[in-house]
Amino acid sequence: MRSRRDNGDKGAPLGLKVAAFAGLTFMLAPLALIFLYAFSTEDRTYQWPPPGLTLEWFAVTWGRSDVWEALTLSVQVAAISTAIALVLGTLCAAAVSGTKFFGRETISLVVILPIALPGIITGISLRSAFNLMDIPFSFWTIILGHSTFCIVVVYNNAVARFRRLHGSLIEAAMDLGADKFQTFRHVILPNLGTALLAGGMLAFALSFDEVIVTTFTAGQQQTLPIWMLEELIRPRQRPVTNVVAMVVIIVTFLPILAAFYLTRGGEQTTGGMGK
Amino acid sequence: MTALADMSGAIMPNRRGWLGALSDHFWRRPGLLIFLMLLPAILWLGIVYLGSLLALLIQSFFSIDEFSGLINHEFTLKTYAELLKPQNLDIIVRTVMMSALVTIASAIIAFPIAYMAARYARGKWKALFYLSIMLPLWASYLVKIYAWKLILAKEGILNWLFEQLHLTWLLEAWLAIPVIGGNSLSISYTGTFLVFLYVWMPFMILPIQAAIERVPTNLLDASADLGATPRQTFWKVIFPLTLPGVIAGSIFTFSLTLGDYIIPQIVGNSQFFIGQAVYSHQGTAGNIPLAAAFTVVPIVIMGIYLWLAKRAGAFNAL
Repeated sequence: MRSRRDNGDKGAPLGLKVAAFAGLTFMLAPLALIFLYAFSTEDRTYQWPPPGLTLEWFAVTWGRSDVWEALTLSVQVAAISTAIALVLGTLCAAAVSGTKFFGRETISLVVILPIALPGIITGISLRSAFNLMDIPFSFWTIILGHSTFCIVVVYNNAVARFRRLHGSLIEAAMDLGADKFQTFRHVILPNLGTALLAGGMLAFALSFDEVIVTTFTAGQQQTLPIWMLEELIRPRQRPVTNVVAMVVIIVTFLPILAAFYLTRGGEQTTGGMGK
Repeated sequence: MTALADMSGAIMPNRRGWLGALSDHFWRRPGLLIFLMLLPAILWLGIVYLGSLLALLIQSFFSIDEFSGLINHEFTLKTYAELLKPQNLDIIVRTVMMSALVTIASAIIAFPIAYMAARYARGKWKALFYLSIMLPLWASYLVKIYAWKLILAKEGILNWLFEQLHLTWLLEAWLAIPVIGGNSLSISYTGTFLVFLYVWMPFMILPIQAAIERVPTNLLDASADLGATPRQTFWKVIFPLTLPGVIAGSIFTFSLTLGDYIIPQIVGNSQFFIGQAVYSHQGTAGNIPLAAAFTVVPIVIMGIYLWLAKRAGAFNAL
């Protein structure tokens, strides 16, 4: 990377700059709008520009028990699904990247399938399977659905890191007398750490936000996305929805910042090792 | 953690204990370890996911009795034949067209962003690009749709902007175009397209960016040394090498649009997309066989798509 800069690379062409920044504006402006609307005094329409600004709706939202219950359920579901996905995804990634064996390609395909196929397919097949087996919809049926598509996120992150992890490191550890478990604990895991953390956070965010599979696998339970969906289809309390939307954005922004600093450090060390 | 370190220290000289024996056993039979590592995920995905998928597919070969509304558990292709009825075929064509358009538009918008982020952004700008890409990518799906509900509303910012720029006539002319127009943006295909594009486009950026970053710099130097203009270098060297990244990204945008039933339900006219058809047939209509047959459509389309993508080497760019 440094060599490219030394080569006297001139800055980006103007057309590219304009296209890139127009694209970024398209991506970010709608989110900025959410922030403004959370303070709007208007409570019946989506009027722009807002007639006035107020903090009143934050207090109203804070006092809403249905919002709190939905939030708690979402966090619980996301935490458990992520934990399951971390174990299954890492093991699977380790097996697939360590060696070549018959059916290896098939396994990566099966792991990718739950996100490669539209979510509605995962949702409806799980729902009809639960119906066929007379399994009542509950907290755990939501978990079953969420873990299925969280595995692939962890798997992808772990596989990418395994690809960069040099086989010679593992061989060196074993030459120095470490057994498989010690190699895993002292060599593989520290190298994998940030990738797993990033994968885990991504899985958490994915589960926290999931609505399509959840509508099929939840019974009476209301996760935060399902609460939000009801508001989208039949808006009843627009100001409260505005505030919840803003809070959800802030909550997702924090892990992104964390993941950025984590993987940035990781890139540097592994990059240095590679070159 | 210290306990584990101590224990491992004790094991090291001569590998005793069941853990050491187990490790030796795995060393002698590496296949066994791999099998054991794969087992949990295979069991989970095999039983929970593939099992359910199979159960669903089987039901698509059943049919529904039109008079009693009961499911007839006999093998038949009648339900599939029903897919070919004009109203159902319309739904399929509409959804595939929308997915293709969203994918193409996503690639066009995503490429410059990815290119800029991969090739030119440095230091502070790199961080800014990263966060600006990750924030919309990770932001809640429903919040993103909600934002567009605010934007496209009649009293919302887009209509206001057109008014301020004295371009309301342009918007009206656009909405007057048949098929893509409608009474207002929030109940037209244009609106649905915009929301689809906004929600799924970020998934296109990262694979492209990764692919661009992977293009070796010395190839570019070589291309320049051999007398290629930057434009030639882009089209002859960079673009072909990053195409697998574009295809990898298109897997997401295409598949995600194909199966979405929430966006067209909230922003759009009342014409069904595949996802909505599945949802309504399995829900209120109780016609599980037809719903199942409808889900086979995206599976087949994505199967072909993934097969083609695999041949193009897109999986290595994921």
